[in-house]
Amino acid sequence: MSDQEEKGRTLKISVLRFNPQVKGDMPRMQTYELTEAPGMTLFIALNDIRENIDPTLQFDFVCRAGICGSCAMVINGKPSLACRTLTSTFPDGEIKLLPLPGFELIGDLSINSGKFMQEMNERVESWIHDKNMNNVDLTRIEERMDPDVADEIYELERCVECGCCVAACGTKQMRPNFLGAVGLVRLARYALDPRDKRTDEEFYEIVGNDDGVFGCMTLLGCEDYCPKDLPLQTQIAYLRRKMAFVK
Amino acid sequence: MKVIYTDSLVIGGGMAGLRVAIASMERGYDTIVLSLVPAKRSHSAAAQGGMQASLAASVKGEGDNEDVHFEDTVKGSDWGCDQQVARMFVNTSPKAIRQLATWGVPWSRVRKGDRQVVINNKRVTITEKNECHGLITARDFGGTKKWRTCYTSDGTGHTMLYAMGNRAVELGIQVHERKEAIALIHDDGVCHGAIVRDLITGELIAYVSKATTIATGGYGRIYSVSTNAVISEGIGTAIALETGIACLGNMEAVQFHPTAIVPVGILMTEGCRGDGGLLRDKDGHRFMPDYEPDKKELASRDVVSRRMTEHMRKGKGVHSRYGDHLWLDITMLGREHIEKNLREVREICEYFLGIDPVKDYMPVRPTQHYSMGGIRTKPTGESPTLKGLFSAGEAACWDMHGFNRLGGNSVAETTVAGMIVGEYVADYCGQNSPSISTKLVEKFLKREQKKISDLLERDTGENPYEIRNEMQKIMMDKVGIFRNGPDLEKAVEELKVLNQRAKNIVVRNKISSSNPELVDAIRVGKMIKLAQCVAYGAMLRTESRGAHSREDFPERNDKEWLKKTLTYWRSEDDDLPEVEYEPLDISKMEMPPGSRGYGVDNTIPNPETEKRMAEIEEIKKAHPDADRFEIQQLLNPIDLPEKFKGKNERIGRGFK
Ligand SMILES: Cc1cc2nc3c(=O)[nH]c(=O)nc-3n(C[C@H](O)[C@H](O)[C@H](O)COP(=O)(O)OP(=O)(O)OC[C@H]3O[C@@H](n4cnc5c(N)ncnc54)[C@H](O)[C@@H]3O)c2cc1C
Ligand code: SF4
Ligand code: SF4
Ligand code: FES
Repeated sequence: MSDQEEKGRTLKISVLRFNPQVKGDMPRMQTYELTEAPGMTLFIALNDIRENIDPTLQFDFVCRAGICGSCAMVINGKPSLACRTLTSTFPDGEIKLLPLPGFELIGDLSINSGKFMQEMNERVESWIHDKNMNNVDLTRIEERMDPDVADEIYELERCVECGCCVAACGTKQMRPNFLGAVGLVRLARYALDPRDKRTDEEFYEIVGNDDGVFGCMTLLGCEDYCPKDLPLQTQIAYLRRKMAFVK
Repeated sequence: MKVIYTDSLVIGGGMAGLRVAIASMERGYDTIVLSLVPAKRSHSAAAQGGMQASLAASVKGEGDNEDVHFEDTVKGSDWGCDQQVARMFVNTSPKAIRQLATWGVPWSRVRKGDRQVVINNKRVTITEKNECHGLITARDFGGTKKWRTCYTSDGTGHTMLYAMGNRAVELGIQVHERKEAIALIHDDGVCHGAIVRDLITGELIAYVSKATTIATGGYGRIYSVSTNAVISEGIGTAIALETGIACLGNMEAVQFHPTAIVPVGILMTEGCRGDGGLLRDKDGHRFMPDYEPDKKELASRDVVSRRMTEHMRKGKGVHSRYGDHLWLDITMLGREHIEKNLREVREICEYFLGIDPVKDYMPVRPTQHYSMGGIRTKPTGESPTLKGLFSAGEAACWDMHGFNRLGGNSVAETTVAGMIVGEYVADYCGQNSPSISTKLVEKFLKREQKKISDLLERDTGENPYEIRNEMQKIMMDKVGIFRNGPDLEKAVEELKVLNQRAKNIVVRNKISSSNPELVDAIRVGKMIKLAQCVAYGAMLRTESRGAHSREDFPERNDKEWLKKTLTYWRSEDDDLPEVEYEPLDISKMEMPPGSRGYGVDNTIPNPETEKRMAEIEEIKKAHPDADRFEIQQLLNPIDLPEKFKGKNERIGRGFK
């Protein structure tokens, strides 16, 4: 650790401020200066600002461990999870923060991604479709599943609904109704799951259009920024091939 | 005045809350869930390790059943739990996990044939049976006799929460997000709903309901370093306390997890040690076998946390600018295993510590982790003193964990309690019609409105963050892993002063809508009350039991302390909670108090214990042909909702 870091350099954190709840408020950039501490993440830095400099600053953290997907924001131009971003990764100590685009703004860095994800879940009917599900006798041994299939489903289920892929998607900017990689990969997850009895035709009804899998231009933005490294490209490509065969 | 009516109001969108909501919705009752954050972001998502259910499909789980799970749970609780509830839990857990499998949780499965595992620092080959291929598998966890912790790689909580969240969407359950319950509406010993603040607009809304369930999780954030999410502030627990009628149970029972990383306190799952990881000191020495030759790193959590602290006090900790720590070493597990089964651990190391656990040791130390205490309930989940108020999950003291909960038993509790309590909630909705006057609703709304406008109008006073930080420091320094009389007395006094100061909080940001400072200002007084319950309960309990460890009273005292602590906050003007005790009745125990098998047994026995032992022998002798189910019913009769009464099938054993 260098001397500079021992003493703690001065960070300059600029935030896009805007509170739509306050009449007449206008978007503006505001810069805060604070002393960096070792191991400081943006979670620590932003709370430091709120507690000691500006109590009005809005942002969302829940798990502060990169697990829950609450804290996605645009950090120096890149959609990422703020809680697991160490301030030391910015050599000049200047950090610019914007709210994730493509979602309803609550205030400053706080966005209503929950609402978007709820709609996504409803749209792809993000649940197991099986008429017999409610009749399963819970005292009996569970249905078997191939261990590899279970692992593959889990790979796709690691999505934390953070919205980074949506913010990074060029198609989404042009087509407000575009499902986004998060919705496509969710659908792929159910298509892979033997417990879900939906047919390809039924999946086609949901994504076989330009707001779904055929709208995606495979520009790769989503996969580059997915904090959970989901294989979005392969999955979208797979879904597209599968859907192309339906009709 | 905005009022929303529903049958079943569930405060909390974590696993416990969602599961209760699903149950009441499935029974046809209008149901609304409230949550501070989108439900799927609830803290339940952070559980990596797994869920305990005695499915016994993996070869290392052979011979497991409800009885073994029961024994582990009761022992783990240091005999502080309610054995009736522990029984209800272990008998239902297999059904819970199987139901979640139908809802989409991709549980990791048994793979037939040989596989290499690390046990006691040695690579061993175990062979899974052909007939078990594809069934739900399990891993080893602390304090369990069998490998019983079912998991999905390292994302168990995430996949469980998503399955429940998805099921809730499917059923059309409304989740009102970014809403905070700040008071309960009650009258004449009956709860009628809650006063709720919209965290975006600041508006106060009255939710009027037949049944109200609090499932708001733990209160870990009353400590400065905790593995809990930043929203685990115990507000749901506090509003129950503030009714003056509902009571909290065993608040002093706070669990410290052995392995959270230094300094940020993020948890490294017990799966690290379950899968074979070791603890090492500053000399690289594996010290746990010196203290616990039998269970070593996989002793119960409270035991490992204390041993680590003891070892650091001997000067064996690694010094750092954040204080001493020890090492968690999983290098022997190899890259492939870590990248597949402990990937979240690898990610956390990479992003928060800049190290690679495949090669490097992780700096860890015991950190606040779990709240065994909470809203005291009957086995049905209903408050014994406030009708129509239910509680489930970490927010509740139901009480299957007593003074120490086993890893993997908590996500299991959220689901199982959600299923069982959810049925009783639905029954209650069916039996009661709302009979509440608008006057009453208005009274509560106005009271809360006034508190907030007073806060906003005050010009000089205390800074909410300073007060909160002081409280957290008091709890950390004086009400931590090892406790003693003088420190606890100081803590109680200092918290009393803070309680007074919290009545004079001022906010700098004066807007009533979305305002994070106001949110914290509303919460801090409530959090201090919880802290006072913990500290005061700990001061009065002059024994050591489970996670409550008194240096000045090292023995577990069954003679005088086999009882639950109940705390009440009778009046807003009080500056201390009122404490009562509820005895644990040995004469009804299926498993009378014994030794947990750690260190020297210095328990002060209760004379009733021997009597009950003899009685149990008698009962067994008198029923020589009874099977284990019949014996259980004789020793510990329990009542479960009809649909969960059946016996559980296991591979190779049928329903035996
Ligand atoms: C890091 C970590 C790892 C863990 N790993 C495991 C494990 O492997 N196995 C295991 O068994 N257990 C584990 N646990 C414990 C377990 O995860 C929790 O005990 C359990 O998930 C709690 O679930 P819950 O539904 O009771 O509460 P939570 O999931 O905490 O949900 C609380 C809900 O209440 C809402 N809420 C809170 N206050 C209010 C209010 N005032 N108004 C409205 N809504 C409110 C929140 O928004 C949230 O939706 C772990 C815990 C931690 C901290
Ligand atoms: S690949 Fe498709 S979904 Fe991903 S960013 Fe590009 S257009 Fe959007
Ligand atoms: S796919 Fe990745 S980037 Fe998109 S929401 Fe899920 S976790 Fe976030
Ligand atoms: S706060 Fe949960 S991912 Fe950042």
